[in-house]
Amino acid sequence: MIANGYLRADGRKGIRDVLAVGYLVECAHHVARRIVEMADDTEVQLVGFPGCYPNDYALRMMKALSTHPNVGGVILLSLGCEGFNREELARHISQSGRAVETVVIQHAGGTRSAISEGLAAVGRVKAQMKRSLVKAPFDFSDLIVGTICGGSDGTSGITANPAVGRAFDRLVDLGATCIFEETGEMIGCEGPMGDRAITADVAVAIRGSIEKADKYYRAMGYGSFAPGNAEGGLSSQEEKSAGAYIKSGHRPISGVIKPAEVPSAHGLYLLDVVPDGAPKFGFPNISDNAEIVELMACGAHLTLFTTGRGSVVGSAIAPVIKITGNPETFRKMAEDMDVNAGRIFGGEADLDEVAEEIVALVKATAAGARTKSEELGHQEFILTYKSFDQAGPACLPRTAAHR
Amino acid sequence: MTPAVILLHPADNVVVCCRTVRMGERILLEGGVELIARGDIEIGHKMARVALATFAKVIKYGAPIGSMTQSADAGEWVHLHNMKSDYIGAHTRSTSGEGE
Repeated sequence: MIANGYLRADGRKGIRDVLAVGYLVECAHHVARRIVEMADDTEVQLVGFPGCYPNDYALRMMKALSTHPNVGGVILLSLGCEGFNREELARHISQSGRAVETVVIQHAGGTRSAISEGLAAVGRVKAQMKRSLVKAPFDFSDLIVGTICGGSDGTSGITANPAVGRAFDRLVDLGATCIFEETGEMIGCEGPMGDRAITADVAVAIRGSIEKADKYYRAMGYGSFAPGNAEGGLSSQEEKSAGAYIKSGHRPISGVIKPAEVPSAHGLYLLDVVPDGAPKFGFPNISDNAEIVELMACGAHLTLFTTGRGSVVGSAIAPVIKITGNPETFRKMAEDMDVNAGRIFGGEADLDEVAEEIVALVKATAAGARTKSEELGHQEFILTYKSFDQAGPACLPRTAAHR
Repeated sequence: MTPAVILLHPADNVVVCCRTVRMGERILLEGGVELIARGDIEIGHKMARVALATFAKVIKYGAPIGSMTQSADAGEWVHLHNMKSDYIGAHTRSTSGEGE
């Protein structure tokens, strides 16, 4: 046992007990934000979707996020006339056994009354969360960990990313589920990645997802290669890809999942983040937090975030552990960084020691220790339009225990 | 003392700076090969391990990461000014926005 987790009525176990306040259109964003601000409670957190037009992906994502194991209760904020199917979302949350209330601003009579209705709902949902609180032993086999990188530079692929790769190997060996993604940042790595698939079908799915990413980004006109990457010494998409790919470690790849699909068994999974079909809604993930949100929708309890240039973000719902590979970034931004993998450059630590440190921090965070971004109040969240076909069963050959 | 550069894979024709390297600095690689830095090169950036001809593949992690668009001497900085992706073009702040 690594922690005393929160056992939900649907059988899933969380490491935090969040009350999510979700706006269902940008028009309800201000009211939702005021409710969160006035509740003044670090566990009352803001999530939401800004669009007025309905989108299957956004509904699927909000369902997955509202019933995330770290979430114990939900308040939905609707303007009243938007396209989001708030009834279906509320029904889904309720069926999971979680407390949920919906405030419709047009029914409440405007901003002020919706805020006060929302605050009253926070009190009721909190009380219900307290009444239904069940703690249960939380083990590595309950744990889902995601990884992303942001603000990569020439150090990321040498220190932070391989250290996370080794931490992933250890976590998989301990029985955890690990998810890596950024298929658009693995263009050029499809060959060796396909060789790690546990079945031929999974290999086809892996190579297909990278090919799709390459096509999609070409249509967009830009790869994921950002100006800061170049300033940090990276010169090409494939150089960045090779460095990013190492985060996945060395274990076999058990399946390819799409956003809002929770892995069906333990092991290592690739999350295919690039939309299916012709490019429709712009860039697949417009910034790092969009990737974290998708990892959370796949059940990630926490995210390992490697950075070279120095990102400061955290996330609503699931803690973010930040690992910098650049010793100069660590010196400049120590308050924001949980792990200094840049020590490897000075010979003060090797990859295995940093990997051990990361695993220990994962355990401590699962047990309730707060990460740097949690301490600083970072609760970023972004969800935008996308469209996906659902993954076929061939991409998830291991259908084991209910998660 | 932090080593100046790291060779990530024996097949690589570039090394990566572990700290900022100064022009004229003599850098001893394993096997007794000495490189002289042809300019200041920042941490995380690449230095040519051998002379690289135009169109040569740049090899890092033992894999190609792009091609040279100009030649470079051993010890020279290898980056966007003398190499490019074989996949998709890079963008920088100066190539985006109104100033195009």
